[in-house]
Amino acid sequence: MKNGVCSRQGKLRLQKWYTATAERDKKKMVRELMQVVLARKPKMCSFLEWRDLKIVYKRYASLYFCCAVEEQDNELITLEVIHRFVELLDKYFGSVCELDIIFNFEKAYFILDEFLMGGEIQDTSKKGVLKAIEQADLLQEEDESPRSVLEEMGLA
Amino acid sequence: MPAVSKGDGMRGLAVFISDIRNCKSKEAEIKRINKELANIRSKFKGDKALDGYSKKKYVCKLLFIFLLGHDIDFGHMEAVNLLSSNKYTEKQIGYLFISVLVNSNSELIRLINNAIKNDLSSRNPTFMCLALHCIANVGSREMAEAFAGEIPRILVAGDTMDSVKQSAALCLLRLYRTSPDLVLMGEWTSRVVHLLNDQHMGVVTAAISLITCLSQKNPEEFKTCVSLAVSRLSRIVSSASTDLQDYTYYFVPAPWLSCKLLRLLQCYPPPEDGAVKGRLVECLETILNKAQEPPKSKKVQHSNAKNAILFEAIALIIHYDSEPNLLVRACNQLGQFLQHRETNLRYLALESMCTLASSEFSHEAVKTHIETVINALKTERDVSVRQRAADLLYAMCDRSNAKQIVAEMLSYLETADYSIREEMVLKVAILAEKYAVDYSWYVDTILNLIRIAGDYVSEEVWYRVIQIVINRDDVQGYAAKTVFEALQAPACHENMVKVGGYILGEFGNLIAGDPRSSPLVQFNLLHSKFHLCSVPTRALLLSAYIKFINLFPETKPTIQEVLRCDSQIRNSDVELQQRAVEYLKLSSIASTDVLATVLEEMPPFPERESSILAKLKKKKGPGAVSGNELEEGKREGGELNGAGERPGDSSAIGASNASTPSPSADLLGLRSAAPVSAAPPSAGSLLVDVFSEAGPAAPAAGANDDGFLSSAPPSVVSEDPAPPLPESDELLNKFVCKNNGVLFENQLLQIGVKSEYRQNLGRMYLFYGNKTSVQFVNFTTTVSCPGELQSQLNVQLKPVDPLVEGGAQVQQVINIECLTVFSDAPLLNIKFRYGGALQNLTLKLPVAINKFFQPTEMSSHDFFQRWKQLSQPQQEAQKIFKANHAMDTEVLKAKLLGLGTALLEKVDPNPDNFVCAGVIQTKAQQVGCLLRLEPNAQAQPGEQMYRLTLRSSKDTVAKRLCELLAEQF
Repeated sequence: MKNGVCSRQGKLRLQKWYTATAERDKKKMVRELMQVVLARKPKMCSFLEWRDLKIVYKRYASLYFCCAVEEQDNELITLEVIHRFVELLDKYFGSVCELDIIFNFEKAYFILDEFLMGGEIQDTSKKGVLKAIEQADLLQEEDESPRSVLEEMGLA
Repeated sequence: MPAVSKGDGMRGLAVFISDIRNCKSKEAEIKRINKELANIRSKFKGDKALDGYSKKKYVCKLLFIFLLGHDIDFGHMEAVNLLSSNKYTEKQIGYLFISVLVNSNSELIRLINNAIKNDLSSRNPTFMCLALHCIANVGSREMAEAFAGEIPRILVAGDTMDSVKQSAALCLLRLYRTSPDLVLMGEWTSRVVHLLNDQHMGVVTAAISLITCLSQKNPEEFKTCVSLAVSRLSRIVSSASTDLQDYTYYFVPAPWLSCKLLRLLQCYPPPEDGAVKGRLVECLETILNKAQEPPKSKKVQHSNAKNAILFEAIALIIHYDSEPNLLVRACNQLGQFLQHRETNLRYLALESMCTLASSEFSHEAVKTHIETVINALKTERDVSVRQRAADLLYAMCDRSNAKQIVAEMLSYLETADYSIREEMVLKVAILAEKYAVDYSWYVDTILNLIRIAGDYVSEEVWYRVIQIVINRDDVQGYAAKTVFEALQAPACHENMVKVGGYILGEFGNLIAGDPRSSPLVQFNLLHSKFHLCSVPTRALLLSAYIKFINLFPETKPTIQEVLRCDSQIRNSDVELQQRAVEYLKLSSIASTDVLATVLEEMPPFPERESSILAKLKKKKGPGAVSGNELEEGKREGGELNGAGERPGDSSAIGASNASTPSPSADLLGLRSAAPVSAAPPSAGSLLVDVFSEAGPAAPAAGANDDGFLSSAPPSVVSEDPAPPLPESDELLNKFVCKNNGVLFENQLLQIGVKSEYRQNLGRMYLFYGNKTSVQFVNFTTTVSCPGELQSQLNVQLKPVDPLVEGGAQVQQVINIECLTVFSDAPLLNIKFRYGGALQNLTLKLPVAINKFFQPTEMSSHDFFQRWKQLSQPQQEAQKIFKANHAMDTEVLKAKLLGLGTALLEKVDPNPDNFVCAGVIQTKAQQVGCLLRLEPNAQAQPGEQMYRLTLRSSKDTVAKRLCELLAEQF
């Protein structure tokens, strides 16, 4: 499985590969995939076949979250993997937005690592995942935070 | 732009990121990055030792630059230094850098491994987890070598914290995927399986991924997981929506774990233990029941999680394919989803139903949704959903609904997205062929296909329609009429011209009676398209023209004129020029008889798997077309093709010389070769050089695909000739009534035979085709005449090239002299090395006594007089046997002629009987033979019998011929 988060403008914000892939192929795949996903219209289904993989994607505000999974993987549960990850980001950053992921990219990676390892779910409990991150740093309140993506989706 | 920073925010990093974001151009960004890189380099190289915070900040900046897509070639050492920091965040950044920018410097790897080792043994769970994450992220073989032994111990140790166990399980999984040979579970197996019973749901969730992967590879060792998984699943399924606290997701208890448990069970057959199975069926029923309950939340997350479990349960039900009740329930549930407002559910329902359609229990239930699926094909707005609908229609198609489905697919094709047209065309072509009951429908469908989506009709498709028209004489007239009409359209696709040209060239005579499609009208119509076509199509048309000259002598002057004109005879394309010149010459010098022989109608194509199906399979990737489907395709294809043994197989001559376009070439899967079939001795030598490996009788050869290899496994091969293949007698029987065809075929080698006999002499050409891309070396063949055959038959083998290149074909000539009557067949031994392994194969050479027959015509009076003369018991051999094939008079006649005797008309008072006479020519003597075959055609099919009587002046001959012939009818 492979995860990627990219913006509507086609800027890659976060990527994670769980199979050994050469840098050059990675870039090519990302480019190709971004093109396919950004071309999708709203209300289209969240799954598509791409090469020999299945792409599961979902848009949250300005960000597209994508997973490439294998033929036999469960699409719906993958969709909820994405949602749980967004929830974790939201809980950690407190109303997460694209800028949080840009400026705290390393935290986003840590959260993803705590949640998924080798492409498989390590823990589905929010508490379990955030414990490891939170014990390491103290949250500092920020006043100037743009609207949360979850809020925009009416999910907060 | 204010920097949003959390935790122990690094001000400098935030400023840098801001700067990059504010860059107006790519150049400005590169400039800013280069400045930063120079700064970091100087800091790292500076005399002043950096504190942990600065090191972390700079390493983090490097990471950011790398993730922007720039190359980073330094900073690894600083990152490794961070690993030994006691501050969690510093260590964390160090590990992140290492796992993103993996470096193969061995000194560095030694330091990294050391740091990981320290953290693993630190007993600090957060440090242990960081180290495990790093191992999993890098996942290299070196990592596996260093830690694969240690991690299982951590995983099952009693005092390991739960969070560490979770990381250890998944870390081990990652290493197992990269280097399964280094991860030895052995003693840990049962303790790992028992993690399914762990109290901590997080541990179970992580461990089950590992267990599933291990079970797939070693199902036997891990099979105890089945009952544990069932009981775990049962506990989750029956728990209330709040029981599992943090593991309940939008009112659905443990959806991830449930899906994983159901997936694990798909690695195994249904549980044998009745109690376990009962419990599992109960679980599956509960899951199906829950789908009918009102939702506990309106959130899409709730329904997604719930349905994720449902789809996984359905996948398990389909995997078991043994519970009709559950299969039908699953199908009904999916039927509801087909009309759900969520696009995702419609998509998945269509996809899942595709697999249900192939189960015999649910095929009928799936078919009831045909209208909904057709509607989806027409109205879905998302092409990926329409694609699934098309797939499902294809999967649910059978004889009962084929016409409807094909019609719908054809009408969809007019507006279909370009991305899926080619696949749709293949599917329509396959369904039309597979379920054709009347062939005019098939022809109409394919021609429609060409009309609607000509550009997407691949060669396989139009080759196939021609193949089928040639094999089915009941459709030839209709096909000619239909293509003639289709060609009337002012703009018709080039593929239509190809099919039209080919079919009119073969069967234009069938519609020539109608003045509206008289020969000249047909020719003018075809020729009006000529100038618009590409070179290969023009070449095909030229061949159609020469065939016209044979079919309709009155067109000869017109066509010769066309061939003679400069644009043909001096065409800059060599192929076209050659055809024009050759055809012109052929038409001017050859007598009508020769012309008729050379340009005779194409012989039927051998029965074989549809190449269209193979193409679709290739397009969709392996696994897309189930084995079942292929089987069926083969079967149905055969039925449709109906080639097998047909009249003409033995006597029809291949259509023309090598330059005739051969639509069979690729279809036969045998590279470029026209299906040149048997040739009568008179024209035989002419055709020797053009006879190639393709030929009739491929099916029987296909049956022993594996025989060759398995009969001579490389390890035990001896240099002695192998014993004859068990099927060699059967192969021999195929050649009793014909002289040419494929003698043998396996994955490596195909052997074609062509032979001609005169008096007591025969010449046989063997064509050895290397089907692989690797050369055969030390290729040798020998012929032996065992026992008394040695004195009966004189067989001379001409040398054969010891090297057969991949894809090449070599020819060998064998001269045979019949000294006296014989019974057995000589043995042909073939030896060669393929990829170092010795292949050793023995077949029977298809030479039987009847090959030396001279036909003898005689009157009824003479026949019965001789018949009576040969009335001693030992001179007669008789056999009464059941008919193996339909009693088709024409087929029987063709076979008897193929035998080599004269078929005597109006000799037997009963017109249903056949009588033949011939003289066997051997060097020592001539042996007269009379034959009488009496069918009881009136009997029910299946009970039809023959009585075959042979009388000959030499007793062994009658007996032998009787044996040979009894297998033929």
